[in-house]
Amino acid sequence: MSTNPTLYRFHGGLHLQDHKAESLVNPLQQASLADELVIRVSQHIGEANTPVVNVGDAVKRGQLLAESHEFVSAPVHAPASGVIKAIEARPIAHPSGQTADCFVMVPWAGEEQSQSKVAHSQDPREQLKTIRAAGIVGLGGAVFPSAAKLATALKTGIDTLIINGAECEPYITCDDSLMQHKPEDVVRGIAILQNILQPRQTLVGIEDNKAAAIQAMQQALLQSELMNTAVVSIPTLYPSGGEKQLIKILTGHEVHSGELAFDMGIFCQNVGTCSAIARAIDHHEPLISRIVTVTGPGIKNPGNWITPLGTPIRHLIELAGGYSVQQPKLIMGGPMMGLDLKSDQVPVVKATNCILVLNQEDQPEPQDCIRCGRCEQVCPAQLLPQQLYWNSHAHQFENAEQYHLFDCIECGCCSAVCPSHIPLVQYYRFAKSEIWEQRRKTYKSDRSRKRHEFREARLLKKKQMDEERRRQKREALAKKKQAEQKGAADKGTKTQNADAVQAALERVKARKKTQHIKPKNTTELTEAQQRQIDEAEARRKKITRDDS
Amino acid sequence: MTLSSSPYVTPSASTNRIMLNVLIALVPGTIAYIWFFGVGIVVNIVFAIGFALLFESLVLWLRKRPLKPYLADYSAVVTAWLFALCIPMHSPWWLVATGIGFAMIAGKHLYGGLGFNPFNPAMVGYVVLLISFPKEMTTWFLPIQVSGESLNIAQAFAYSLGYADIQQWDALTSATPLDQYKTSLGQNMMISEIRQSPVFGDFAGLGWEWIANWWFIGGLYLLFTKTIRWHIPFGVIMGMLIPAFILYVTNPDSVASPGFHLFSGGLMLGAFFIATDPVSASTTNKGRLLYGFMIGMLVFVIRNWGGFPDGVAFAVLLANMAVPLIDYYTQPRTFGVNPPDEHH
Repeated sequence: MSTNPTLYRFHGGLHLQDHKAESLVNPLQQASLADELVIRVSQHIGEANTPVVNVGDAVKRGQLLAESHEFVSAPVHAPASGVIKAIEARPIAHPSGQTADCFVMVPWAGEEQSQSKVAHSQDPREQLKTIRAAGIVGLGGAVFPSAAKLATALKTGIDTLIINGAECEPYITCDDSLMQHKPEDVVRGIAILQNILQPRQTLVGIEDNKAAAIQAMQQALLQSELMNTAVVSIPTLYPSGGEKQLIKILTGHEVHSGELAFDMGIFCQNVGTCSAIARAIDHHEPLISRIVTVTGPGIKNPGNWITPLGTPIRHLIELAGGYSVQQPKLIMGGPMMGLDLKSDQVPVVKATNCILVLNQEDQPEPQDCIRCGRCEQVCPAQLLPQQLYWNSHAHQFENAEQYHLFDCIECGCCSAVCPSHIPLVQYYRFAKSEIWEQRRKTYKSDRSRKRHEFREARLLKKKQMDEERRRQKREALAKKKQAEQKGAADKGTKTQNADAVQAALERVKARKKTQHIKPKNTTELTEAQQRQIDEAEARRKKITRDDS
Repeated sequence: MTLSSSPYVTPSASTNRIMLNVLIALVPGTIAYIWFFGVGIVVNIVFAIGFALLFESLVLWLRKRPLKPYLADYSAVVTAWLFALCIPMHSPWWLVATGIGFAMIAGKHLYGGLGFNPFNPAMVGYVVLLISFPKEMTTWFLPIQVSGESLNIAQAFAYSLGYADIQQWDALTSATPLDQYKTSLGQNMMISEIRQSPVFGDFAGLGWEWIANWWFIGGLYLLFTKTIRWHIPFGVIMGMLIPAFILYVTNPDSVASPGFHLFSGGLMLGAFFIATDPVSASTTNKGRLLYGFMIGMLVFVIRNWGGFPDGVAFAVLLANMAVPLIDYYTQPRTFGVNPPDEHH
């Protein structure tokens, strides 16, 4: 069980000062409830949620707050019992200080927490449903809905289940403390995943700078008697916790460019997610809290807190003794890939693994690239970061794509070693978003062009039909004239005129009548049919509007 | 709002530090140079650095760029120092000014300054002088150990500024060992005969061989501090050694030994200090090996069949030209793109 299999190396990577000890001095603690919780309506990657409760509603701990019926989505639940004070746009963790819809909730003070084990189903399908209903997402940072990932993986079949406990970013210890203090939760989660996926083998990858976590996990595994499951100690080298890197280390396989891990029968899940899955199945507890590391040189008492989602970061800072520097710089996540926070009022979300408080320092001015190639030496994706930089800088996005821009995992190694202090990753993010924007535009203009062409064709057809009708009419008229001229020879002119007037009146009458009569096939419509017609009408109107 | 994006780590390296490392690595070889040839080289270095900073400031001023960050990156100092080591000692001041001026203005700033020049600026300056002033560029002084005397610092300055009686020192000048080797071979002399000349030492030029040793030691410092990587020096040395060895083994009478070639002229300095200029070198590992190999081989070709006794400058410039092509064809295999054998 503890035998280390052959390990493989990925290219590059960095040996970083890990700064893990600071936040591991204190044991894992339960964070107190803040006076106000701010819960984002959507906290996952995928389709947006819609609120199912209203302002003023009293909600219970674990009650559903928002959901979506789309496949790639995860519902959000009340992290505590309380009253929904507002549903409004609040600042969220986003580098540009963006806002998003949030529930603002005032929790009841002193509410009890039920920890009792409840009966659960062994049926994988039922378990999958429970995982989906519990709103579980990948807690390693990607926040991809776990149920969607599992369901997709089930279709292809899984050979190897990889549990990611690498936690390679400096400072962050939330997974480390989870494995140290609650390894049985993680192992239980692994057992559930095994029940659903039926993998041939399971490998738990943990960096070797977490000896206590490795030991605790091995112990818990021994007690669980899980088969074909091993804890693997991997060398500490950033970014070994990147999914593709971890897969390479443990199996030697490279996830093909543009593909996903389960395309090669591998399923990767973070240890925190395993624990959340265990709580959802065993305790029917949805994902309403997570472990957050509060650490860094700018905080007084670093540590790990089990934090209700929606807790404002300010509250966590206070729990950690407050700032110890004059000008704190707040980062959500680690120093290598984290996000710059503009305010400490933003709430904890499912993706929040760490609050890093640094001292605000002047960044060195970027200089010109001297092509030293250090970026290339450390790039775990074996890219040419320098070429990507030149091309992104010069807006040569097509060239950047040819240099495999989209295989960049934005780990930040290149920026960290750049002697010219060029914010390389920033350039790659910029280039990626520009390319996405261009694609969106191309898609849109393609669609408009097709519509336009269709309309032109339709108008042309109509014109031709009108022409044909007019021609037929002219012919008919000409025939009639001939006939009338024939008749005029037989009858007198006066009666002929009176007849003509009479006939015209009849025609007008008839036409008026037909205008009120609808075609017969639309007289008796079902509601559904009527709706379809209305929708079609609306679409038609919209198209004509768009086209004009 | 200041633009801020991860990673948030204190940078571990800086361009200034890289350049400073190169300067540190140049010190032992420069001291050896002084030991064998006297303080004249110091005059070269002082003039070169002075003019380099002057021209750099001038262009920066014309380009409306801030002076301080650009002058403080030591890149001009490195270029100047290397250039000063390449040209003959006791060069007149105007020769130094012309060469380094061409290096800084045409070789560096006309292309956009540091990081944008496709050619090694020091070599651009050197080659311009070599072609334009062949007499001045082939007037080399004998090692102290052969001639028995050298100029002191005041005399050296006076000489460079044109105030000294140049005729007086003529006896001290001589062709370089490489030059002598080439001319002698042209006269159908045997290697063993050529080696009788007092300018030759144990295995290469007297004095020169030891200076080359110290460049090698400086190069090791650069490798040890990770200022450079091994690929380019290794490529240069192999590019020289392999053909030299093959020819030497087949024809030892008319071809100098690989050791002679390795420790003669500018090869060692070129391998560790000139070819490794990152701006004008290849950037991929495979490319660097190829680029280095190309330089080594070209030096050997020029020395044996070309019109110049040494060929480091031309070899470097030719290889510089091939860099975009080398870089394009030596891209590493991106992670996940056509992975090698999937079965282990």
